[in-house]
Amino acid sequence: MRLFVQAVILGLLAGGVYALMASGLTLAFGIMRVINVAQGVMIILGAYLSYTLFTRFSIDPFLSVLIVVPVVFVLGVVIELIFIRPLRPSDRESLSLLVTWAVALGIEGVLGLVYSTTYRSTIPSYANGSWRIGGFVILQVQVYAFAFSVVILTLLGLVLAKTRFGRAVRGTVQNPASAALLGVDERRVAAIGFGLSVATAAAAGAVYGVVTPFNPGSHYDLISLLLTIIVLGGMGSLPGTVVAAMLMGVSQALLATYISPTSAKLTFFILLIAILVVRPQGLFGAVERGKL
Amino acid sequence: MRTISRSGVAVTVAIVAGLVAFPFVFQANWVVNIAVFTMMYAGLATAWNLLGGYSGYISLGNAAFFGVGAYAIANLFPTSGGPPGATPFLIVPLVGLAVAILSLPIGWIAFRTRGVTFAIVTISLLFVAQTLAFLLHSFTKGSQGMGVGVPLFPVETYERPFYLALLAIFVFAVLLCWYVRRSKLGLALFAIRDDEDRALGLGVDTEVAKLLTFAMSLGITAMIGGVWAYYITYIYPQFAVDPLVTIGMVLMVYLGGRGTLWGPLLGALLLVPAQQLLAQNATTARWYLILYSGVFLLVILLLPRGIIPSVQDLASRLRAGRHRGTSPPEAAVPPVQTEAVP
Repeated sequence: MRLFVQAVILGLLAGGVYALMASGLTLAFGIMRVINVAQGVMIILGAYLSYTLFTRFSIDPFLSVLIVVPVVFVLGVVIELIFIRPLRPSDRESLSLLVTWAVALGIEGVLGLVYSTTYRSTIPSYANGSWRIGGFVILQVQVYAFAFSVVILTLLGLVLAKTRFGRAVRGTVQNPASAALLGVDERRVAAIGFGLSVATAAAAGAVYGVVTPFNPGSHYDLISLLLTIIVLGGMGSLPGTVVAAMLMGVSQALLATYISPTSAKLTFFILLIAILVVRPQGLFGAVERGKL
Repeated sequence: MRTISRSGVAVTVAIVAGLVAFPFVFQANWVVNIAVFTMMYAGLATAWNLLGGYSGYISLGNAAFFGVGAYAIANLFPTSGGPPGATPFLIVPLVGLAVAILSLPIGWIAFRTRGVTFAIVTISLLFVAQTLAFLLHSFTKGSQGMGVGVPLFPVETYERPFYLALLAIFVFAVLLCWYVRRSKLGLALFAIRDDEDRALGLGVDTEVAKLLTFAMSLGITAMIGGVWAYYITYIYPQFAVDPLVTIGMVLMVYLGGRGTLWGPLLGALLLVPAQQLLAQNATTARWYLILYSGVFLLVILLLPRGIIPSVQDLASRLRAGRHRGTSPPEAAVPPVQTEAVP
């Protein structure tokens, strides 16, 4: 039982960070029907930028987000303008998958040239600190990362709910044609939305680099996990994504505890198969365009 | 159903004859080595095109089955068993058949989804296969890698049997594609690509058509994986199940032309020699990923339909321009995607 509770706590903490990573994917799919395979490499890029800021200028990884996020936001807008905008709407979904995969390869290649393929990790002074609460050991960094993810997700939720831009995004997700008729500039929403979605990935990356060692090829591990999460969450539903991410984190931790840490790497696949057999439309099956 | 055109047969015979003659004309080992990889990708891309080009279902998991074929051959012909000679080439079709059958239940699950979700499910298949290749020590020996019995072919023409075996698989794949395009199955696949719900409504058994094509495509992929393992004689999980193999075959199909018969070969002829020359040099090898990504982005942005359909379009437009008033000749290849008629 103790073991079980410990695993669930660890899983929820990890799941919070997954939720932040996957929310950007859901946002991009909701607005533009684009599957961004480069989301994983954006996380790794965020991790490297934050690593560099920490080792060169000793900027704390959690603070480095203030620099990393705007940089990657601009990069995302540029990628949208050059590579995604020209795709024809008729086959945008499938082509976007391939285009963003190509972008991911390119960024992986550049990161390999700059940083080599050695595994890195951002190690601030508090990296190994832990708390003991009622006999459960909890790493401080994981709690910070979780809290950080909750803050960023809340900010994202507030932007979508309260601002003019957020209303334009939600309108576009629900019905692009009538949103355009009502004066929403769909092209602007797409560019900013894509920038925002990869910026959340980079923010998650800054904390990911503190929790987990990474190299340029690590994005493959991440993207398989994240794609499964958005399928589980029902493609394009933000609450669905968050629940699916938590489910993923907890199942992974349970498998690692009770079977073996290596088998936990297969969690995403087991969950995916189970859900496809029982409920192909995902847990929150908003298959049609609808709410974000 | 169209009849067999005489010019089509002539083109096919000419291409195959040229490919058979190649290693006898150009005998240098390094040249034939590049030809081996070119033929490997030509076969992989043609197999991918069977499902991806004709039905529009983008499978990104093919490299997983390439790996299954590779490990099957490695297990059947271990290093301890002595030089197996030509036997593996005879076993490879059986491996392909077994993998085709194995792929049916996997396809049944994957085809519960459509469009982009199908692509995601098949990507996951690729990653899980790579993880399994690291974990299943009894079948793959994990990250330490696994040897295959060395064939002991004469050194001067060492690559030739592999080239010819891969060529045979490629020709088989092309004939299969050619047959499928002319059969009821091909019509079903094109109908699925254009509008799956309507096809279903019109009584096309879409499930059977998709599963059958999935199995054929993956069976061929596994056969090629088997020959590859025998060729390089030592395989590691990260190369046997490599996302770059998947992206390579998809890229070649897009470059040559989705849904065309010879597009995949054209794509492989253009890309693989460049890729192999880059990989031979340590400094350029580091640019390999960037170059791959650059070519892919350019192809999708500038030639979204691929070379063959674009050239055919251009040709028929030129001809139509010359004989004003006559209707443009019907394209030999079905259009790659449905576009709204203005």
